[in-house]
This record gives sequence, structure tokens and C-alpha cells, in this order.
Amino acid sequence: MSDLIEGYIGKTTNGKKSRIPAKLDYIQSLTGGFLAIFMWGHMMMVSSILVSKDFMYYVTKFLEGSFIIDGGSPLMVSIFVFIVFVIFVVHAALGMRKLPSNFKQYQVLKAHTKSIQHQDTQLWGYQAFTGFVMFFLGSIHLYIIMTNSADIGPYASADRVWSEWMWPLYIALLLAVEFHGTIGLYRLCIKWGWFDGKDPQATRKRLKKVKWALTGFFLTLGFAALIVYMKIGMEHADKVGEKYVPTSMIKEAK
Amino acid sequence: MSRDITISVLKFNPRDEDSKPEFVEYNLKETPGMTLFIALTKIREEIDADLSFDFVCRAGICGSCGMVVNGVPTLACRTLIENYPDGKLQLIPMPAFELIKDLSVNTGKWMDNMSTKVESWIVSNDEVDITKIEEKMDPDTADAVFELDRCIECGICVASCATALMRPDFVGPAGLNRIARFSIDPRDKRTDDDFYELIGDDNGIFGCMSLLSCEDHCPKHLPLQNKIAYLRRKLVSVK
Ligand code: HEM
Ligand code: SF4
Ligand code: FES
Repeated sequence: MSDLIEGYIGKTTNGKKSRIPAKLDYIQSLTGGFLAIFMWGHMMMVSSILVSKDFMYYVTKFLEGSFIIDGGSPLMVSIFVFIVFVIFVVHAALGMRKLPSNFKQYQVLKAHTKSIQHQDTQLWGYQAFTGFVMFFLGSIHLYIIMTNSADIGPYASADRVWSEWMWPLYIALLLAVEFHGTIGLYRLCIKWGWFDGKDPQATRKRLKKVKWALTGFFLTLGFAALIVYMKIGMEHADKVGEKYVPTSMIKEAK
Repeated sequence: MSRDITISVLKFNPRDEDSKPEFVEYNLKETPGMTLFIALTKIREEIDADLSFDFVCRAGICGSCGMVVNGVPTLACRTLIENYPDGKLQLIPMPAFELIKDLSVNTGKWMDNMSTKVESWIVSNDEVDITKIEEKMDPDTADAVFELDRCIECGICVASCATALMRPDFVGPAGLNRIARFSIDPRDKRTDDDFYELIGDDNGIFGCMSLLSCEDHCPKHLPLQNKIAYLRRKLVSVK
């Protein structure tokens, strides 16, 4: 009943303003913060390929839970991806509230951003645009990984990147996620005044620097890893489907 | 040495059916220490008597002369022409407010509406005995209140804010600042619960997208970033 009353009358059953907008704002920050930090960890794992194929192989096995189950199980990965997917959808649903939702809003946002030349307004524009892009690209990536969690590894992943044509999508998704995530973390700190201290303006300048450094760092790492996967994928193109066998096992077999 | 300058103004009279919004260019000579107020007065006296714009104090105190100069909302009376090296200024009336004519907008109407929405006054049931000396306020608290009371209602923060432009019901930085001001005033007996009733939604504190254009353009350098974050933390946890 309270949903009906709150929906129609705009007041809770004890006559107060709904507390939900506060919760939504909070959950938006919580899910955004989680996704952004998760993306750091994710990038570290992805870029394990920069060390060696063996290293990437063992990182994958570790994430499949090889420390609990002998040999690991991709199901662990599927379950984890599903949880991330749910958080992603919740975050996107909340982010939608802020996007321009009709032509008039879009028109004034565009005219204003162009006219005022204000960096943080511009950055929000990028955040909104990249957020919109990720509705599609993020969903595709998450669904594929969730349903193909057994096919993660030095060859399987490289085949997906190259022979299964994921590289164009990954280029766009990498740009979108790194811009969106780092701008988002910067905004998160400002929004809640976390590091304001005595001189909020000085803090903001510092946060901005850290933000650009992070954007640069993760984009460099991301593209370096992507290029390596593309190269491996290209070289492995005639053997698609073959799984990677770590060097140590090859030796044992001899 | 006096430069030739060009001031281009978006002229439009919404009350005149024949009027169409268009940029009109005025060419004039810069004089030493010329402010935009002086330049516009000169245009009105010597070139175009029909040009409308607002000024009262000419000293950055009354908040009447906000306009968009080369894309940036500013107080015209505190804008020095010499700060524009190419001598070209484009003037647009501030968005977000009802347009009266040319550069003149009705910020008063917007501010009145905002003041009513956020109940911008001290709320208390205490009896005031005017024969007695007012109760003392801790000097630091008084300073903190005065700091936020310095708002001159110029509307520049509102015209700078993309959120306010997209969503006309948003109380804007000036409105949020007002709540911050009363929330630290010990004479005001309102609780966080009461403030939540006023701004606890997407037209209030939770609508702010932290674009910080208000902070960066407020001519009085009010601590808007810090105070808005403070209100958000305060109101997000109201039970
Ligand atoms: C479909 C996907 C997504 C959409 C539509 C989306 C949309 C948005 C929007 C519109 C905002 C701004 C909210 C505001 O101004 O108050 C935002 C904030 C944020 N997003 Fe996303 N986002 C998506 C995915 C992601 C991902 C994958 C990450 C992680 C890298 C992320 C991290 C953040 C962070 C940290 C914030 C700041 C949180 C806040 O302001 O409270 N988002 N998102
Ligand atoms: S907060 Fe600053 S910009 Fe906004 S109305 Fe007050 S003085 Fe003007
Ligand atoms: S005329 Fe008073 S602030 Fe500019």
C-alpha cells in the first residue's frame, strides 16, 4: 500500500518526503565506486599477458578457484561475472536518471557545454556519453564472458579478440570505461567532499591531476595488453579453439 | 592609445511580435580602465538607445548585471575590457531566467521562487523579546553564517549550471547555499528532517551532478563545492 500512497501522493505513510532519492544517490555512488575499483583489478589481470602467456594462464586458473578446487572451475568465474553484471545494470539504471531525457534537455546541454568551455561540465558530458555507449558494449562483453567462462586463457582470449572480431568492440569499450571510470571516481570524491580538508580547491586540483594520471596509466596498460592479444590471436588464427598448455606441463609430458 | 573594440549583443524582445533574436555589432573605442558597464552605457548613449541591460551598484554588490560574456556568465560591472586581448566581446542574456529584453533578465522572480521553495528565513518558535539584548552568537559561527550570507543573488551560478538549465525545477547552487546558511544558524530551529522535506529529492541536493560550474564562476567565491558536499552527507543519512 505504501508504494501506492507514495507514488500518487508523493509522501510516505507518515507524511514525510520519500527517503528513496537519498538511497538512489547513495547506491549510484556505491555501484559506480565498486565498478571503477573493480576495473582496476580487472585491468591488472588482463595485462598479466604482458608478463607472459604462462603468467596469464596461472592468473586465470587462480581466479577459477584453483586454490580451493583442484584445477579450478570456470563456474566460479561465471558466478562472479553475473554479480558484476547485476551491479552494472543497477548502476546504469540509476545513471539514466541523470542523462538528458528529452530533446530540449539535450539541446540546452549541448549549447551550454559548447559555449561555457568549462572542463568539469565537459567531463560530465564525456561521462554521460561513455555511460550510454556502455549500455551496449558493456552488456555484450559481460554476457559473452559470463557464458564462455571456460574460454579464458592466453589462446582462447586472443582468439576471441582476433578471430571472433572482439577487438573493435574492445577498443571502444576500453576508451569508454577508462574515461567514465576515472572521471567518475574524481566526481565521487568531489560529490561527497571526501578529501576537502582545509582547502577544497587545492584538493580538487590535486584530484584532477591524479584522475588524468590514472586515465593515462590504465589506457596505456589496456592498449598494450590489447595489442599483445591481437598479435597472439593473429598468429594463432589457423588453430582457433586450441587451448594453451603451460610450459611446465609440456616439460612434464616429455 | 585606444583600441577599437567590437561588442556583439544578442538582441531580442520577447514581447514584440516582430522581434527576432539576432546579434547586433557595436564598434567603439576603448577608454582607459573601461568596464563592460561603461562600454554598454556608451553604446546606449551614442549608438543604440533601444539596448536594454541592467545595472544598479556598478561595484559587484547588487547582483543585477549578470550576463554571458564570450560564453561565461559574469558580472558586467566587474568585467574589464582590457582583459579581452582581441577586443571582441559577445554578450548573451543569462539562460535559466525569464528574458525581459536583450541582456535584461528577471533574476528576481527566480530568486523569489527559490526563496519560497527553500523557506529562506529563520524558523523558530522562540518568543522574541525586543526589549532585551539579542542572544549572543559564537563569533566563529557568526563568521560562518556571514560567509554564506555574502550571496548577492546574481544568478551566475544558476546560469552556469547545466543541471539547472536542463531541469528548471532544480533549486540550484544559490538555493542549496541558502539551506547551508540556515542550517548553521543557531537561531534556526529546523532539524535535518525539516531540511530534508525542502531539498531531499532530485530537484534539491540529490539532483546536483557535481559539475562545479557554480563554484568556478560565482563572483563572490562562495564555497559552493564544499557546502553542497556537506549538505549531501548530512541529508543522505536522514532516517
Ligand atoms: C551502462 C553502463 C553505465 C552507465 C549508463 C553509466 C552512467 C553513469 C552516469 C550517467 C553517471 C553520472 C551520475 C551523476 O552525475 O550523478 C555515472 C557515474 C559513475 N559511474 Fe557510471 N555508468 C555505466 C557504467 C559504469 C562502469 C562500468 C563504471 C566503472 C568503471 C562506472 C563508474 C562510475 C562512477 C565511479 C561514477 C560516479 C558515481 C557518482 O557520481 O555517484 N560506471 N555513471
Ligand atoms: S551563489 Fe554566487 S553566483 Fe550564485 S547567486 Fe550567489 S553570489 Fe551569485
Ligand atoms: S551592477 Fe551591481 S553587481 Fe554589477
